[in-house]
Amino acid sequence: MAAAGAAATHLEVARGKRAALFFAAVAIVLGLPLWWKTTETYRASLPYSQISGLNALQLRLMVPVTVVFTRESVPLDDQEKLPFTVVHEREIPLKYKMKIKCRFQKAYRRALDHEEEALSSGSVQEAEAMLDEPQEQAEGSLTVYVISEHSSLLPQDMMSYIGPKRTAVVRGIMHREAFNIIGRRIVQVAQAMSLTEDVLAAALADHLPEDKWSAEKRRPLKSSLGYEITFSLLNPDPKSHDVYWDIEGAVRRYVQPFLNALGAAGNFSVDSQILYYAMLGVNPRFDSASSSYYLDMHSLPHVINPVESRLGSSAASLYPVLNFLLYVPELAHSPLYIQDKDGAPVATNAFHSPRWGGIMVYNVDSKTYNASVLPVRVEVDMVRVMEVFLAQLLFGIAQPQLPPKCLLSGPTSEGLMTWELDRLLWARSVENLATATTTLTSLAQLLGKISNIVIKDDVASEVYKAVAAVQKSAEELASGHLASAFVASQEAVTSSELAFFDPSLLHLLYFPDDQKFAIYIPLFLPMAVPILLSLVKIFLETRKSWRKPEKTD
Amino acid sequence: MAVTDSLSRAATVLATVLLLSFGSVAASHIEVCTSRFWFNYRHVANTLSVYRSVKRLGIPDSHIVLMLADDMACNPRNPKPATVFSHKNMELNVYGDDVEVDYRSYEVTVENFLRVLTGRIPPSTPRSKRLLSDDRSNILIYMTGHGGNGFLKFQDSEEITNIELADAFEQMWQKRRYNELLFIIDTCQGASMYERFYSPNIMALASSQVGEDSLSHQPDPAIGVHLMDRYTFYVLEFLEEINPASQTNMNDLFQVCPKSLCVSTPGHRTDLFQRDPKNVLITDFFGSVRKVEITTETIKLQQDSEIMESSYKEDQMDEKLMEPLKYAEQLPVAQIIHQKPKLKDWHPPGGFILGLWALIIMVFFKTYGIKHMKFIF
Repeated sequence: MAAAGAAATHLEVARGKRAALFFAAVAIVLGLPLWWKTTETYRASLPYSQISGLNALQLRLMVPVTVVFTRESVPLDDQEKLPFTVVHEREIPLKYKMKIKCRFQKAYRRALDHEEEALSSGSVQEAEAMLDEPQEQAEGSLTVYVISEHSSLLPQDMMSYIGPKRTAVVRGIMHREAFNIIGRRIVQVAQAMSLTEDVLAAALADHLPEDKWSAEKRRPLKSSLGYEITFSLLNPDPKSHDVYWDIEGAVRRYVQPFLNALGAAGNFSVDSQILYYAMLGVNPRFDSASSSYYLDMHSLPHVINPVESRLGSSAASLYPVLNFLLYVPELAHSPLYIQDKDGAPVATNAFHSPRWGGIMVYNVDSKTYNASVLPVRVEVDMVRVMEVFLAQLLFGIAQPQLPPKCLLSGPTSEGLMTWELDRLLWARSVENLATATTTLTSLAQLLGKISNIVIKDDVASEVYKAVAAVQKSAEELASGHLASAFVASQEAVTSSELAFFDPSLLHLLYFPDDQKFAIYIPLFLPMAVPILLSLVKIFLETRKSWRKPEKTD
Repeated sequence: MAVTDSLSRAATVLATVLLLSFGSVAASHIEVCTSRFWFNYRHVANTLSVYRSVKRLGIPDSHIVLMLADDMACNPRNPKPATVFSHKNMELNVYGDDVEVDYRSYEVTVENFLRVLTGRIPPSTPRSKRLLSDDRSNILIYMTGHGGNGFLKFQDSEEITNIELADAFEQMWQKRRYNELLFIIDTCQGASMYERFYSPNIMALASSQVGEDSLSHQPDPAIGVHLMDRYTFYVLEFLEEINPASQTNMNDLFQVCPKSLCVSTPGHRTDLFQRDPKNVLITDFFGSVRKVEITTETIKLQQDSEIMESSYKEDQMDEKLMEPLKYAEQLPVAQIIHQKPKLKDWHPPGGFILGLWALIIMVFFKTYGIKHMKFIF
C-alpha cells in the first residue's frame, strides 16, 4: 500500500518536474524571442555600406571643350597633327572629404570652311552671328575658336574673347610650343566659363569646416529647389501719392525671360502686392544742405524687420522667399536718399540683404507736385526699378574671374549668358551632391546613436533612391552631361530630405530604465518566480540524486 | 507663502515654451508654456513677457514659434479678461494686440514640440508653425512650467525627458538646423534638463539646480494668482535694458538673479559652446540685426516704351469692358431652413455592450447558482 502510494507520488513528482521543465522551455524558447521581436523598433534595411562609400566618392567634373583652329593660327607642322584630343585634369584643393577633380577634355580640330569665313569677318559680333549653329550646344560644353596672332577680329591688345553663348575666341601663336601655350590659354578661358576653385569653394561653403565665419565665401542665394519672388509696392501716404505700377507687364517683359533662362536651376514663382500705410521702422534724418531726407547705412538693418511682418507670403509654399520692395516715401519725407558709409547718396537708392531680398526707394519727381491737387498720380518707371531688382536678384550668382586681357561680350536680352547658367548648374550639382551625402550620412549616424528611431519601408526606399541618384549624378558629371547630372543631383537632394524629414522617424519610444522595470515587473515576475524556483528545486534534486549513487558506491 | 507655493508648484506641472531662432542675422525663437489651469497663470505670463521683450528687440513673428498650453486671457476665471499681466498692480499687459500664438491649448504636446524642433512636420503644416531655421540661425529656446529631476511636464499628462531633448538637439545638429542654440529653462530642478546635452554649440541656463525648487515672484491680490516666476522676472528686468545695439554679453546674463534674490541657484552650462561666453552678445540671440549691403550695380535693360503705352491703354480698356463679378451661391440657406429633420436610424446595441451584459449575467449566475433564475424571469 505504502509502496503503491510512494510510486504514485513518485509518478506525480516526475510529472510535476516534467510540467515545470515544459513551462520553462516554452517560456524561454517561445516566449522570450516572441517578446523580443514584438518590442524591437522596426527598421527596414538600409544600404549603410553604400552610404559610407558616398563619403569617399571621387567627383570628376568633365568639361568637354571643342577647339577649332583656323588656318594661320598655328605653325603648319602643328596643323598636320590635327585632329586629336588633349585632356587636362586638375584636382581642386579643397579640404572636403569628397575629392573633386576638374577635367577639361579638349578635342582639337581644324576649322570648316564656313567657320573660316566667319572668323575672317570684321568684328566679333558679326563672326558670332555667322557662327550661330542651328542646334544649341549641350549644357556644360564649350567651343573655343583659335584665330591667328595678328587677326583683326579682336582688338589688338585683347588676347581672348568670351561670347554669350558658350563660345570663345583665343589668339593663336606661331611658335614651336604652340599647342602647349594655346592649350594653357584655352584652359584659362574655359575655367572662367565653367569651373574655378572659388566657384566650387563657394558652393561647398556650408560643408567646409574652416572659415565658418567668413562672409565672402558664403553664397548669397541659398540653394533650394525653388524660390518665391515677391514684388511689393509700399505706399505709406496714399493721401498724397496715387501710385500705379505696371508690375505684370514688367514681370512679363524683364523678369520672365531671366527666370526662363534660370528655369533649369529651380522652380521660380513670382507674385506681387501693394501695401498701404506701411511705414519704414526708421525715421529718416533731414539734411539741410540738399534739403532732402536720408537714411544712413547704420539704420538700414533696422528697416527690414518691422516691415517684414506685414509682407506675408503664401502659406502653402515652403520655398525660400525673396522680397523686393519698392518704397515711395511719404510727402513729408520726400525726397529720401540712402547714404553709403561715406555720406554720399547711393546712385541706385537701393540696398539688399543676402538671402532676404532688396528695398529700393523711389522718389517722386518734384515736378509732378506742381499740379497741387493731392493725391498726385505717380507712374513708376518700371525699367529703372527692374534694373535694380534684377541686379539684386542676380547678385546670387557669383561673378566670373576673367583671365587677363580678355574681352567679355555685352549682356544678352535675358541678362544672363548661357555659360553663366552652366556655372550655376555646376556649382549647384556639386552642392546638391554634398548636401545629399551629408543628409544620408547624418541619417545613418543618427540611427546608430539613437536606438529608438523607426525606419519604415517607404523611408528606406527613399534612401535607396537617393543613393542611386547620387551615384548616377557622379557618373553623369564624369561623362560631361551637365543637364542630366543636375537633374539627378536634385533628385538626390529631394529624396534624401524626404527620408530624413519624414514625420514617421520621430522617436517617441524613449523610456527611462525605471519605467521599463515598472512595466515589465508586474507582468513577468509573477510568472517567472514559480518557474525559476521550480527549476532551482529540480536542479538541486538532480544534483543530489547524482551524488547519491556515488556515495553508496 | 512662497514655501507653500513651491510645494503646490511641485505638485502640478505646467510648461511654457518659447522658441526663437535667428538666421544669418535672423534668429528664431521657440517659446513654450506647457502648463495648463488657472493657477499656473504665471507660466503663461513668463512666456508672454519673454515673447514681448524679444519682439521689442526686433524679431518678427515669422521667426517666433509660441506655444501656450492654456488660454489665460480668455479664461473664465480671469477678472480682467483679454489681459495677462506680469507685474503687480497690473502695470504691464503682456498680451497686447499683436500676440501670435502658433500652438495653443491641446496642440502643445511633447510630440508637436519635438516635431517643431526636428522639422519632421507633416507637409500640410503652415509656415508659421514651422521652425524655419538654417545653418546660420541662432536659436533661443525658452521653456517654463513644472519640472522634476530629468523631466518637464506637459499639459499635466505627459513628460519630456532630458534624454529626448538631447536627442532632438542632436538631430537638429546633424541636419545643421542651427548655428548656435541658447536654452533657457525656468522650472523646478531645471538644471537636470540640460545635463544630457551632447551636441556642439549649445549654451544652457536654468533657474535652479537639481534638488531645488524655482519659486514664484509676486502674488497679485486682484487677480488672485502669482503673476511671474522669480528667475524670469529678473531676466526680464535685465532684458529691458538691452536695445538692438547694446554690447552686453552672456556673462552678464549668467549673473542675473543670484541666490539672494532668487532663493534657488541658477545654473548654466557652456562647455559645449565653442565661443567664449564673454564674447557672445545678448543680441546674437535676443535681437536681430540683418546684414545689408548697398546695391551699387544695375543691369541694363532695353526700353520697350511703345509696348508699355499700348499695354497700358489695353489695361484701361479691359477695366471698362469687364463685367461685374458674380459669386457662386455660397450657402443654400433656403434649402437648409426648409429641410425636414432626419429620422435617426435605430442601431442595435453594440457588441461591447452585449458582451458586457453577458459577462455580468454569467458571473451572477455562476456565483449564486442557476436556481435563482426563476426569480428573475
